[in-house]
Amino acid sequence: MIQFFLMVNKQGQTRLSKYYEHVEINKCTLLETEVIRSCLSRSNEQCSFIEFKDFKLIYRQYATLFIVVGVNDTENEMTIYEFIHNFVEVLDENESHLIMVNNSFYMLLNSIC
Amino acid sequence: MPAPIRLRELIRTIRTARTQAEEREMIQKECAAIRSSFREEDNTYRCRNVAKLLYMHMLGYPAHFGQLECLKLIASQKFTDKRIGYLGAMLLLDERQDVHLLMTNCIKNDLNHSTQYVQGLALCTLGCMGSSEMCRDLAGEVEKLLKTSNSYLRKKAALCAVHVIRKVPELMEMFLPATKNLLNEKNHGVLHTSVVLLTEMCERSPDMLAHFRKNEKLVPQLVRILKNLIMSGYSPEHDVSGISDPFLQVRILRLLRILGRNDDDSSEAMNDILAQVATNTETSKNVGNAILYETVLTIMDIKSESGLRVLAINILGRFLLNNDKNIRYVALTSLLKTVQTDHNAVQRHRSTIVDCLKDLDVSIKRRAMELSFALVNGNNIRGMMKELLYFLDSCEPEFKADCASGIFLAAEKYAPSKRWHIDTIMRVLTTAGSYVRDDAVPNLIQLITNSVEMHAYTVQRLYKAILGDYSQQPLVQVAAWCIGEYGDLLVSGQCEEEEPIQVTEDEVLDILESVLISNMSTSVTRGYALTAIMKLSTRFTCTVNRIKKVVSIYGSSIDVELQQRAVEYNALFKKYDHMRSALLERMPVMEKVTTNGPTEIVQTNGETEPAPLETKPPPSGPQPTSQANDLLDLLGGNDITPVIPTAPTSKPASAGGELLDLLGDINLTGAPAATPAPASVPQISQPPFLLDGLSSQPLFNDITTGIPSITAYSKNGLKIEFTFERSNTNPSVTVITIQASNSTELDMTDFVFQAAVPKTFQLQLLSPSSSIVPAFNTGTITQVIKVLNPQKQQLRMRIKLTYNHKGSAMQDLAEVNNFPPQSWQ
Repeated sequence: MIQFFLMVNKQGQTRLSKYYEHVEINKCTLLETEVIRSCLSRSNEQCSFIEFKDFKLIYRQYATLFIVVGVNDTENEMTIYEFIHNFVEVLDENESHLIMVNNSFYMLLNSIC
Repeated sequence: MPAPIRLRELIRTIRTARTQAEEREMIQKECAAIRSSFREEDNTYRCRNVAKLLYMHMLGYPAHFGQLECLKLIASQKFTDKRIGYLGAMLLLDERQDVHLLMTNCIKNDLNHSTQYVQGLALCTLGCMGSSEMCRDLAGEVEKLLKTSNSYLRKKAALCAVHVIRKVPELMEMFLPATKNLLNEKNHGVLHTSVVLLTEMCERSPDMLAHFRKNEKLVPQLVRILKNLIMSGYSPEHDVSGISDPFLQVRILRLLRILGRNDDDSSEAMNDILAQVATNTETSKNVGNAILYETVLTIMDIKSESGLRVLAINILGRFLLNNDKNIRYVALTSLLKTVQTDHNAVQRHRSTIVDCLKDLDVSIKRRAMELSFALVNGNNIRGMMKELLYFLDSCEPEFKADCASGIFLAAEKYAPSKRWHIDTIMRVLTTAGSYVRDDAVPNLIQLITNSVEMHAYTVQRLYKAILGDYSQQPLVQVAAWCIGEYGDLLVSGQCEEEEPIQVTEDEVLDILESVLISNMSTSVTRGYALTAIMKLSTRFTCTVNRIKKVVSIYGSSIDVELQQRAVEYNALFKKYDHMRSALLERMPVMEKVTTNGPTEIVQTNGETEPAPLETKPPPSGPQPTSQANDLLDLLGGNDITPVIPTAPTSKPASAGGELLDLLGDINLTGAPAATPAPASVPQISQPPFLLDGLSSQPLFNDITTGIPSITAYSKNGLKIEFTFERSNTNPSVTVITIQASNSTELDMTDFVFQAAVPKTFQLQLLSPSSSIVPAFNTGTITQVIKVLNPQKQQLRMRIKLTYNHKGSAMQDLAEVNNFPPQSWQ
């Protein structure tokens, strides 16, 4: 089950986030910084799945943007990896600039997830 | 008031902020503007303001004042308003806020709206943050929408139903009739969400699961859909890198897994399709691999036939060889799950797995390490251990502790020889010494004592190891203990396995003293070192004065633990010197209490049946002649002052029968057991019940239960009688008092009685009253034996008697089988 979906840039600023489980607002920011820290510290040769506390993180980098999905144990990591790419492709088709969108992001997320 | 800025402007402005403080300032300004705008009840710009508020919320700033505004937006008639309103509700509201209940009516109306998009919005929101009350109220509407023909709504309704079921499981039955036709849809969206709904139902309720298996014939339906997906040609709307709707395929596979688990019929029905998917899927892209991975997981989980399982493991093997690290990671994870059940198949890929130990990626290394430990067995132990030791050298610190413990466990189980075992342990201690877990030290010490013939070799190697570097605490602790125990072997330069090194007593004391003084040594290590020095006072001959000096210095140490020990040892030197050698004798072989509980209690005081006593292999190095064989030590081999049977410690957690170690270094709780020593030292003159862990009162006072006594041995004029008592406090303990009498005309001198019991028993021999059996039955020797019989098995005993009679040494072995049932039942 997907716990959260984040789009974070390389400087650590959250561009977009959606939580599927209730997380308090201050914990959100903390979580996001930790997540981006672990993703940034990975090199290219390392695999895209990280074990983080009690979830698994699956991340994908697109230029300066990281898309990170946090899942619990039962999920197939590779499917999620593929899903991230699918999501990005759809976003790309619908909007010309990936970064500018906010509302459509959420609408899209709601239709896919 | 000027029109509030658009969201885009806001984002642009915030992005220009260079510091956190600047950003905060901008946001606060905008928040104030939004708040005043809300107060004005401005309908036209409310939507824009709420959108900005949501953005700020996402960045982490509080936005709760916008909640009511969201509700107002939801109630509005404009679609754009509703859209932002619902979005805001999903992000800002949840069931903790009381406000959310106000939404219920709005949602209800919108669920019946004429426009499907509005209905969709309402379903989405309900599915996202609906509380149990809301779900209960609105479940009926959702169910109605589940049956519509509009596929856009149907798929949203299915997802909403999943949420409703999660919140209110009792409503599951309500959705059951609607699910009948769900899988007949052509629309993949609906199919996908229906499969999710069915999966959720099956996972939550075993009744549902059974129902779906039997009545609905779900499995054939799913198989059919999956087959269509694979066989169908290219369909542009569902294609992902050449595969048709992989997400749906994976979902279906997952549902099949749940249906097939523990169910033979279903598993059989899906065998073919699984084989088909496994063989036909293209593996060049990640998508194909994702599907294969899911297939493998499913095959391993259901009751598949063995051919299919082998196919699955081969797929995993192929993954391991893939260049993509994601795939390798995934393969290692699944192999770990299957290694228990399909051990042989996984063994075939052992070399690849071992190669993964050298990968750069941390997650892969961890998985490979765990898998390697699972694959170690008696045949491959040497090769695997080499790889694992190399890995230990080069891996990251966070792995070292786990790796070290794993190596110890594996070595313990499969060590081909004692020497190899000790070498491996030494290697681990020297390379990762500081990462070794605390309980490894006692385990190692116990292992070393058990390998009697390796003592000289071990102590020599340990000595050499700490000569160079004594900063790694576990290594130093083990070394200190061994040097204390076997220092005499070290100095006498006797070692069969290796070139013996020349060490003098002074050098040994030097190293121990430097450990004591060093800043790097912890308090525990210092305790070990001090006790080791003390023990050497009986083993070394020329440096006793030096030892006395060291011990007296620490009598005023700041560390309370050291001080206490030093004071006690001082007392030993001064007042109780006659007992010193007895107290500091070599330790007997210890009980092996594994972490899983006492699975195997090595006989400490005797031997296992049937080995006769005299063929017990003596240790290869020469033992000091004043001390008997380690194993027979406890049986009162010395004829000097009362021997305190220095009994072994065991882990405090194991049940009864713990006998405290007087020189308690190996106390596993970490607290020194030396505290009972000062109290017990003065009582030495009495028959030693000091170390009695079995019962606290002297057992002689227990009520004798009238068990008949037996004559255990009667030969050549020597008669031995056993009388029995049972302890009231501990029913598995039997106390046997032996009385030896001599009917010949000459005394029997140097009489030694030794006993051995079968493995399941424990024996404690207390000291005899004397060693001379006077002639003509004028007196007897009494000795007390305590037998612990936790499994209430029949008591049997083998006894060995040695004595001098008529100028010649006599020895005899006998077996005692005639124990009365009341003595052991």
